[in-house]
Amino acid sequence: MALLWLGVLPAEAARIGDLGEIDAWEQIRRFLSLRDPAVRYALLGSVLLGLTCGTLGSFIVVRRLALMGDTLSHAVLPGVVLGFLWNMTKDPFAIFVGATLAGLAGTLTVSFITQTTRLKEDAALGMVLAGYFAVGATLLTMTQRLSSGTQSGINDFLFGQAAEIGPDDLRLMGIVTVIVVALVTAFYKEFLISSFDAGFAHLIGIPAKLVHHALMLLLAFAVVISLQAVGVVLVSAMLIIPAATAYLLTERLSQMIILASFIGMASGVAGAFLSFLGNNLPTGPFMVLAAGSFFFTAFVFSPRHGVGVRAFRQLARGRRISRENTLKGMYHVLEKEGFTGIGVSLRELAEHHRETLEETRSRVLALQRARLASLSEDHDVAHLTPQGWKRAATIVRNHRLWELYLTNAVELAPDHVHDDAEKIEHILGEDTVRLLERRLGHATVDPHGKAIPSSIDIHQGRFPGPTPGPPTPTGGRS
Amino acid sequence: MNDAQPPSDSAPPPLEIHDLTVAYHKKPVLWGVDVTIPAGELVGVVGPNGAGKSTLIKAVMGLVPTSSGWIRIFGQPARKNLARVAYVPQRESVDWDFPVSALDVVLMGRYRHLGLIRRPGRRDRDIARDCLEKVKMLPYANRQISNLSGGQQQRVFLARALAQESDLYLMDEPFAGIDAATEAAIITLFKELKAKGKTIIVVHHDLPSARTYFDRLLLLNMRVVACGPTKEVFTMDLLQQTYGGRLTILSEVAEEVKEF
Repeated sequence: MALLWLGVLPAEAARIGDLGEIDAWEQIRRFLSLRDPAVRYALLGSVLLGLTCGTLGSFIVVRRLALMGDTLSHAVLPGVVLGFLWNMTKDPFAIFVGATLAGLAGTLTVSFITQTTRLKEDAALGMVLAGYFAVGATLLTMTQRLSSGTQSGINDFLFGQAAEIGPDDLRLMGIVTVIVVALVTAFYKEFLISSFDAGFAHLIGIPAKLVHHALMLLLAFAVVISLQAVGVVLVSAMLIIPAATAYLLTERLSQMIILASFIGMASGVAGAFLSFLGNNLPTGPFMVLAAGSFFFTAFVFSPRHGVGVRAFRQLARGRRISRENTLKGMYHVLEKEGFTGIGVSLRELAEHHRETLEETRSRVLALQRARLASLSEDHDVAHLTPQGWKRAATIVRNHRLWELYLTNAVELAPDHVHDDAEKIEHILGEDTVRLLERRLGHATVDPHGKAIPSSIDIHQGRFPGPTPGPPTPTGGRS
Repeated sequence: MNDAQPPSDSAPPPLEIHDLTVAYHKKPVLWGVDVTIPAGELVGVVGPNGAGKSTLIKAVMGLVPTSSGWIRIFGQPARKNLARVAYVPQRESVDWDFPVSALDVVLMGRYRHLGLIRRPGRRDRDIARDCLEKVKMLPYANRQISNLSGGQQQRVFLARALAQESDLYLMDEPFAGIDAATEAAIITLFKELKAKGKTIIVVHHDLPSARTYFDRLLLLNMRVVACGPTKEVFTMDLLQQTYGGRLTILSEVAEEVKEF
């Protein structure tokens, strides 16, 4: 059995030989053709559980009940085993009833502990989770002795086995999914308000407590129908991870629910597929790994909050600031010479930036790549392009305007304003600049007596001194 | 039997509390409160920390169980007439990272008018946008609430209360953590509501401004020290009774009741 699984991994397949490889392809074909009823059941079951878990999981996440979901899902184990013992078969309905009752008993135990002692909810959740699970595990071991060992399939409830989903399981899953989707759709507004602000919900006549209990009951249903496919140990992950992923990607609860449902379904299907490839290895871990990879992707690439995206933006900003500082340096050098020349010698620029010639050269090369400056053949003199001039003058203008604003309006001493302006110059938008210019009466001189390039001049390409660098197109722009 | 007519002399008062005692975990925090609030007034509830100001508001709304006494809203038992109450909770009472927009929150004020299942329609949206406009938050209607500043969040809550179109407004520290300009804007809004015959009850913690803001003050410190027109009750003597010297016996007995 293990050999067949190894066949899936290409590196191993080469070593073990063709046998494994053929079987892997065979498995994929069997899965995709959907001829096998077991495959169809497994697939449909995974879709249903992903949909239910994603929908309810969204409420669990926004209500901060993730640990409650975890506890509830572990607390069902004794009920699963007792349901099995009812007539010594995996009768879905007996197990459904047993597991739901055990799960609800678990949540009630949590409320009871928090209401009667000074213990906080996290401690109560931890105890109930482990305690109920221990009872379940004990019962499970005893049952295995009692019945013909592992033949009963009761073991599958620990880590899940989608391939074992039968028509009866599927019917139950269908019923629960329909109930969950119908209730959440019909009472979306009530679920929303009691999740966001229970006190306000009460005021406007929505029984927030009842909604909470209804949610817990639905949650128990969701956990129980997912057991066969995901298993007791990991089912809470299918509640939390798809919803947590969606939470990173949207800012509306309704969108979050839809997205979480799709992520849940995709994870379910991916888990069932991988498990099938591995010749029916436990499904739960695969589903959770699939969900986890969705989360990881969102965590890194979420357009607004993804860490990868943020890091990239940071890097881009750093580069832009560095370019702008070089431009500003070139402007200063030209200004020092009274704008008599058009080229900036790299030696002077290096002195201005207090760095080595090599460092300055790489700065200017960065400008050249961005088409803001050009470097002479001998790498000694840099010229600003029209674009570069515009940008340089803009930065200098921002800097000096801000300094002036800080000294005039905020009344800081002139020697206190430079460092601030060093940062702000890269941030100021054109609208703010207009406002500053108006506020400062279109002043032309900064607190240190230097000229402030005006926005109009910059816009029309009029720069101080002789026509800079490659000739500037003037007049043509309005 | 009750109608939305503007208040007249014969109309029952917006809020009437008789001999109300509230206890948290058996520990009494409010004793024998008797209060009648007339219509069309801006009322401040002031008192030191732990005086039971928020508790009083929550008791009116039935959010905390009462040990004794009764509360009437426009002459009806409070819990039957909550439809005529709008409420602004303390800002910390909700999770501001919740995935909803400012407009979504204000729409919640319309839910009572919709009944079960029905979704807010265009008219509700229009009303919600009007209310956002009144608190100068319309430009932020589609922002997620976590992207708003504290003062803006407070104004969203206020807009939600306005969207309820109620006759009695209960506000729990609406000025906590907001800037002076917002505070002034909110007070103006309160005065407009008052001019329309609405009654506004505000839990407030700043004594100097309480004097200028409110027509009537309810001085509270575990029991009602005084309740009357600001001019009459804003006296050294009464304020000292409210703030000065903890009511040692009252709090000690409260402890004993809890132990019991």
